Amino acid sequence: MLNYLTLIFLCQLLGEIGVGLLGLPIPGPVLGMVLLFLFLMVRGRVPEPLGEVAGGLQGAMSLLFVPAGAGVILHVELLGAALAPLGAALVVSTLLTIAVTGLLMQWLGRNDETEASDD
Amino acid sequence: MTNLQETWVYLSASPLFHLTLTLVAFQAASWLFHKGGRNPLLNPVLGAVILVVVVLKATGTDYATYFEGAQFVHFLLGPATVSLAVPLYRQWHRVRASALAITASLLCGSLTAIASAIGIAWALGGTPEVLASLAPKSVTAPVAMAIAEELGGLPSLTAVLVIVTGIFGAMFGPLLLTLLRVRNWGARGLAMGTASHGIGTARALQVNETAGAFSGLAMGLNALATALLLPILWGLFS
Repeated sequence: MLNYLTLIFLCQLLGEIGVGLLGLPIPGPVLGMVLLFLFLMVRGRVPEPLGEVAGGLQGAMSLLFVPAGAGVILHVELLGAALAPLGAALVVSTLLTIAVTGLLMQWLGRNDETEASDD
Repeated sequence: MTNLQETWVYLSASPLFHLTLTLVAFQAASWLFHKGGRNPLLNPVLGAVILVVVVLKATGTDYATYFEGAQFVHFLLGPATVSLAVPLYRQWHRVRASALAITASLLCGSLTAIASAIGIAWALGGTPEVLASLAPKSVTAPVAMAIAEELGGLPSLTAVLVIVTGIFGAMFGPLLLTLLRVRNWGARGLAMGTASHGIGTARALQVNETAGAFSGLAMGLNALATALLLPILWGLFS
């Protein structure tokens, strides 16, 4: 288990280094995700302990956004002053983006059969 | 009484207190979410953020002090993002089969996110600084902050707007997709990841692995697309 946690950290570290050296416009962890994906491609399967570590991290993923979210405390005044443009744009734009992307993807990929039930 | 005060002074300066506060607030918010029949209005990230902010305000703690403890939780975002390679690998046959549909949907979604955010905020009198801070709101925080800075926005305001966008998308995205009869798991995940990055991906992963894989992929691709497209679009309109 520890060796795969190390692998994940190593991919992130190499990702940070790669992004810095190549000046890529993506975050280090995203390049790290690509590197871990390439490892899995070469390996040909997901080793069970890696699946467990990944599942554990992803199960707690919502929690990980709480510290950044509490940063709202820093901008209460600015948010209050620009509440109408920020609030309306954020709400409408987010819903519109979800609708456009979801509908288009379902329409373009309509021969794919992974049907969902409601969630 | 002095003992209690001394203990508080000691604890409030140690990372343990604010780390534990973050975990307890999230557990409490999750409990409420499940008790409330998983009502989207009781979103656990939103609930936990509110609880933390209330405690910080009540104790007069500044954000920097809080973050010294909370950074250990925050740090795990990196490894969690890397680990998204696992669902992506497991679902790769589906992703590869619809590569063209993914590319087209993602680009349209990315442009929609940018253009509608700027357009609406501009029409309602947003200043250029506000527009620049808001424009990359659908992208994962580190990329969004870098883009906002490049356009003349406030990166720390962008971080907040990114989180709020993520929470809002995670709250109402699944409902909207169901109303629009988007029933395909890949399409649902792609929409969540494009509009609301990691928070949408965390939500998608809770429901279905295919949705989680497509969402994680969309998060990474939209970071790339927005970083390339937004500065060009911004140049055209300003």
